[in-house]
Amino acid sequence: MDFNQSTEDNLFDRARIIGKPHTRVDGILKVTGRAPYAYERHDVVASQLVGYPVGATIARGKITHMDASAARAAPGVAAVITTLELEPLARADSNVAHLFGGASVEHYHQAIAVVVADTLEQARGAASLIEVRYEETPGEFDLEDAWARLQSTGEPIANVGDVDAAFAAAPVTLDETYRTASQSHAMMEPHASIVDWSDGGQMTVWTSNQMVEWTRQALATTFAIDADRIRLESPYVGGGFGGKLWLRADAVLAALGSRETGRPVKVALPRPMIFNNATHRSGTIQRLRIAAEADGRITVFEHAAVSHTLPGGSGEDAVNQTRCFYAGENRRVAHHPIDMNLPESADMRAPGEASGLAVLEIAMDEMAEKLGMDPVEFRILNDTQVNPEEPSKPFSDRHFVECLRKGAEAFGWAERNLKPGCKREGQWLIGHGVAGAYRGAPTMTSGARVRLQNGRLIVETDMTDIGTGSYTILTQTAAETMGMEIQNVEVRLGNSAYPTSSGSGGQFGAASSTAGVYAACVALQKQIAKRLHVDEARFENGRVVGGQIDMALADVADGEEMVAEDSISFGDFKDKLEIGTFAAHFVEVAVHAYTGETRVRRMLAVCDAGRILNPITARSQVIGGMTMGVGAALTEGMSVDTERGFFVNHDLAGYEVAVHADIPEQEVIFLDTTDAASTPLKAKGIGELGICGVAAAIANAIYNATGVRVREYPMTLDRIIAQLPAA
Amino acid sequence: MNSSNNVERHPKTVNPNSSTFSLSVNGERHTLTLDNRTTLLDALREHLQLTGSKKGCDHGQCGACTVLVNGVRINACLSLAVMHEGDDIATIEGVGEADHLDPMQQAFVDHDAFQCGYCTPGQICSAKAVLEEIQAGLPSHVTYDLNTPIELNDAEIRERMSGNLCRCGAYANILKAINQVAEARS
Repeated sequence: MDFNQSTEDNLFDRARIIGKPHTRVDGILKVTGRAPYAYERHDVVASQLVGYPVGATIARGKITHMDASAARAAPGVAAVITTLELEPLARADSNVAHLFGGASVEHYHQAIAVVVADTLEQARGAASLIEVRYEETPGEFDLEDAWARLQSTGEPIANVGDVDAAFAAAPVTLDETYRTASQSHAMMEPHASIVDWSDGGQMTVWTSNQMVEWTRQALATTFAIDADRIRLESPYVGGGFGGKLWLRADAVLAALGSRETGRPVKVALPRPMIFNNATHRSGTIQRLRIAAEADGRITVFEHAAVSHTLPGGSGEDAVNQTRCFYAGENRRVAHHPIDMNLPESADMRAPGEASGLAVLEIAMDEMAEKLGMDPVEFRILNDTQVNPEEPSKPFSDRHFVECLRKGAEAFGWAERNLKPGCKREGQWLIGHGVAGAYRGAPTMTSGARVRLQNGRLIVETDMTDIGTGSYTILTQTAAETMGMEIQNVEVRLGNSAYPTSSGSGGQFGAASSTAGVYAACVALQKQIAKRLHVDEARFENGRVVGGQIDMALADVADGEEMVAEDSISFGDFKDKLEIGTFAAHFVEVAVHAYTGETRVRRMLAVCDAGRILNPITARSQVIGGMTMGVGAALTEGMSVDTERGFFVNHDLAGYEVAVHADIPEQEVIFLDTTDAASTPLKAKGIGELGICGVAAAIANAIYNATGVRVREYPMTLDRIIAQLPAA
Repeated sequence: MNSSNNVERHPKTVNPNSSTFSLSVNGERHTLTLDNRTTLLDALREHLQLTGSKKGCDHGQCGACTVLVNGVRINACLSLAVMHEGDDIATIEGVGEADHLDPMQQAFVDHDAFQCGYCTPGQICSAKAVLEEIQAGLPSHVTYDLNTPIELNDAEIRERMSGNLCRCGAYANILKAINQVAEARS
């Protein structure tokens, strides 16, 4: 099915099931501990061995010597494969550093060996016996150095109007520099794979991955084999957040181990290895210059950012949203991804926007204060319905102003603390903050197959459910389209034997994959209508109705199975539009007057993300983003050892994600909007919108509580305490 | 210390590296001969193939492996299996089945108290233990008055659940689920 123009009024506007609250169809499996995650698939293949990885302990250089003889002789060991025994494995485009092979070390904890044994204890014990000698090469690990060298250089991505003249002429200006920390996805399930490549022919991979087809292709590239020889399953993913978009070392090492031993091998990355071996969100240093007229109308946006990447990667593009979130005729943005030798930076939930809005939305708060304006009204004044760089390009459906207004009312913004440092409850200073959020709503080609078996519908697609609710919303989509009840639909996901979907990432999964399932259902409807010789068939109440026909779906195929497959493709009409999602976040914090400790007391998000397919799972996505935003604001930051070139706090005790005690009451309001330019369901993504802007809302609330303007994340108490007002 | 009465707590040494011992899991007695380095978590997941208890960090930082040992919650990854001769272990598999959910499991479904589901068995085991701990009068960091019965409130639940990480960020929904069960009990 081609989606080549904005959709008209359709069945989803009169939906019975789509848009209605429905608890997760996979819920019972998850609460009973029966959902099968990658490392625990005892059932899929017998005689599994266990692989344990070894990571490099330098950041850059080469291995001059490895002695694995003691490891090979250790009890239970079936094989040891060291990186020196192989040429570097081919690198898929999606990977920056090599995953294995060769003497070169490109980053700390890069995999350099795998030990395969009967048990984890044996493999781990033997792994510790491997001796490695290195020749280190000096590397670049300090983003501050790079920033000092690179700011104001290079070509901007966009340069509209006359930024410098307008800035010089403006009555109210801001010029500040901000810092965001490197962050880890820290999903609860480690990267893990079981690979059976016992005969060196067909490779079967049970893994935890967001993108089934990308990863199958990456495996084919890595091992220089035909992708048709690889089957990959990823039916349950214990969190991803972008960290499992790519092929990583777990699957590669398991494949090597399986080929070597002739047995299936499973490998999970040990938690302390994940932070440096796998990918992370790069830290940034960002400079914002904003100018406005005295009435608050913005005339200039200039945003420059630096982030780190291994040579060949793309870093964290923190400036992208600044190109079209707010109005303003003079604009210049520049992104400097700097080649450095820290571990591999890549996508993490709302890549770019999460870091960029964390900064832009503090700057907006600072400007509002300079102008003496309510920060809600300041944002409303500078709303735009067109791309300000390209005014002929309108937003397809943008209700940011309504998010702000509705949020202000629901939060009680009018009763907020007005003067920083002046609202106190006992030992706590109370403050309120707001921030805007904007994230694109991309869609990707997405396919599905549907099987009608005696009145039951089975949906097959390689789409993944990473906690997002794919099983549930795809069930709802199929039931809605076919006029069936949810209990008569079964959705099967995460298997490369099924049609290729969008996969889960970039906030494109829900919108794309539901459209793909819709397309497959429409194809099935056409088949049924043709079989029954009906021109115009309706599907309702489990029946097909049209012409002389009024028949239960269970009866249309005389006991045979009917199978239909299709995919949705999105046309280039979308290029003429800005299709995005919008939100406003409101936060109340308490900052301890003596210690500077911040506690978030209340959070509200108002979201404009098109049709909400299931308010239960969508709300969970948003509160999950808000929770991750609390971590980003207050505790999460990977500390760089700038001498040795690695992240020091590489476990879940040193890298502090938000816990129960950190999270207060969270409220989410969805605007009742639809975006006909997005998909036939008029839906857009929401999983990344939820984190956008949250950190800045907290930063602004801390300022409002204390008068301390923190421009560096995470806003730990040491960054607040010295400037606290006299108690 | 977990102690079960009237049980000889002496695993048999098979060789310097492994031992034979017996424990009860969800009411079923198992005799295992395992490498002494095997954690209780890996004994459950790898040897008894009870994979409901999850491994998120393998060193006591995430809580995904929470199980009950003689009624007390622990991180199964921080405890060697051989230390549990004679112990009664309860895991998520013993909490309830699909056709007979425990009220806490049902409350988690009702309130969408999970997303990816990986931390969920640990959260549920912890949540059940938290209600028992409060009822038994065991104080927490946020218990201010040690001389009166502990009030079951949001702060107590949040504090006591804070050893169970949920990166999907379902905390607010987990709190609602626990409160639903607590209210039904009271």
